[in-house]
Amino acid sequence: MFDFLEGYDILGAFWVTVQLTVYSAIGSLIWGTLLAAMRVSPVPLMRGFGTAYVNIVRNIPLTVIIVFTSLGLFQTLGVNMGADDFTTINFRLAVLGLIAYTSAFVCEAVRSGINTVPLGQVEAARAIGLSFPQVLRLIVLPQAFRSVVGPLANVLIALTKNTTVAAAIGVAEAALLMREMIENEAQLILISAIFAFGFICLTLPTGLFLGWLSKKVAVRR
Amino acid sequence: MKAQPTVLYDVPGRRARRRNVLYTVLFLVALALLIWWVLQSLADKNQLEADKWEPFFTDSRSWSTYLLPGLKNTVIAAALAMVIALPLGALFGIARLSDHTWVRGAAGTVVEFFRAIPVLILMLFANAAYAEFTDISPASRPMYAVVTGLVLYNASVLAEVVRAGILSLPSGQTDAAKAIGMRKGQTMSYVLLPQSVTAMLPALVSQLVVIVKDTALGGAMLGFSELLASVRPMSANYGANTIASFTIVAVIFVILNFALTTFAGWLERRLRRAKKSTGAVVGADAVEELARPGEHMEPGEGEK
Repeated sequence: MFDFLEGYDILGAFWVTVQLTVYSAIGSLIWGTLLAAMRVSPVPLMRGFGTAYVNIVRNIPLTVIIVFTSLGLFQTLGVNMGADDFTTINFRLAVLGLIAYTSAFVCEAVRSGINTVPLGQVEAARAIGLSFPQVLRLIVLPQAFRSVVGPLANVLIALTKNTTVAAAIGVAEAALLMREMIENEAQLILISAIFAFGFICLTLPTGLFLGWLSKKVAVRR
Repeated sequence: MKAQPTVLYDVPGRRARRRNVLYTVLFLVALALLIWWVLQSLADKNQLEADKWEPFFTDSRSWSTYLLPGLKNTVIAAALAMVIALPLGALFGIARLSDHTWVRGAAGTVVEFFRAIPVLILMLFANAAYAEFTDISPASRPMYAVVTGLVLYNASVLAEVVRAGILSLPSGQTDAAKAIGMRKGQTMSYVLLPQSVTAMLPALVSQLVVIVKDTALGGAMLGFSELLASVRPMSANYGANTIASFTIVAVIFVILNFALTTFAGWLERRLRRAKKSTGAVVGADAVEELARPGEHMEPGEGEK
């Protein structure tokens, strides 16, 4: 019954999906946090830049961004991300596109975490003479980190599902292999069930665990 | 505008103001360097030449041949997906609140399944299934596949939105309906559902943005001739103006989605202010959370 699976590296394709997710998650966490820092900074120009970035990038489809990295950045402008072969170039371009898109959502998640800290707490902290680093370390960040777990979990799971868009520029991840297998084999239902199962294995446990964690660490007010 | 104190900083004094001016100047220099570098690389590849950008402003055929038909397909697919997914979502959302364990369990499994899978996988499956089991013409198949994929995914998210909308209503509504002798079905269709529709309007509009963005997947993977798919023929026709074509397409998407987002925000503020209703609202931001597999809102949580 499963003869048709021979010659296809399904686990390898899902491994590429996981790699895309992990690299993009790390990158967008860094860039998204920087953007959030800009959006809450006292400098109006930085706030404006952060707001503009988030509002523009969030409203462009990820597919447009990913296809642009290939057609626009690579084929037109010759950005090759320091690699020679197409596989590596496309993989890195996909990660770049995913980071650019996901960091807008990370930024909003981090900012909402900071905004949940009531102003009165910080005023109280200043009143008892804590310095700015102390306020940040003892009052703001511990509460912000705890309330940011839930929103960041949503972003991470959306990112895991979004990595399939990389198939649009030929990155050999799960969705691309699925399309190839559907075209070559006459086992549509079974093939789809296998890939659906693979994604459920990736997203559902993560969703359940992070959902449980975010409720556990939530600050009760 | 005067700076307001936030949790991170107080109203700036004289030294802080001077420091902020320094940061502004440094940031401005960095930004200017970045923009100059981008423009320079664009100019190196001849992407800034006027005749590459001109067709979009002087030649109305670029709009009537490529952009507007693409935009039309995008909007039709998104609207169809929303219109079909909403009743399905309402059905599953209500089924998840059923008193019968097996109805609740079955609806929950379906919702959980489709929330956990990328929408592209659903589109690829729908495309192949239509090719194999139906005789829909290959020309209109991408549209069917895109709408089917979007409906399957969004119905499961909307089921959670409907459920959150019903749960956000005060329990006094159900109690009052019971007190005047309404049955379960009557309570749902005459009391809870009409009020929850108003409560979840912001979340619905916000989900529409997600749907519009996902239609672009059909253009890249299934050959659906929507807005993104118009980039290739345009750049072929107007002398390899890839950057200009992408910019125009992106700007159209941003305007469309930004309008929807702003509308969702306006609806939410209006509903929160309204005195006539119960004050229950499923916010525009709630859809991100409700799209997460494994997430279930408890009574009262949806109203935050």
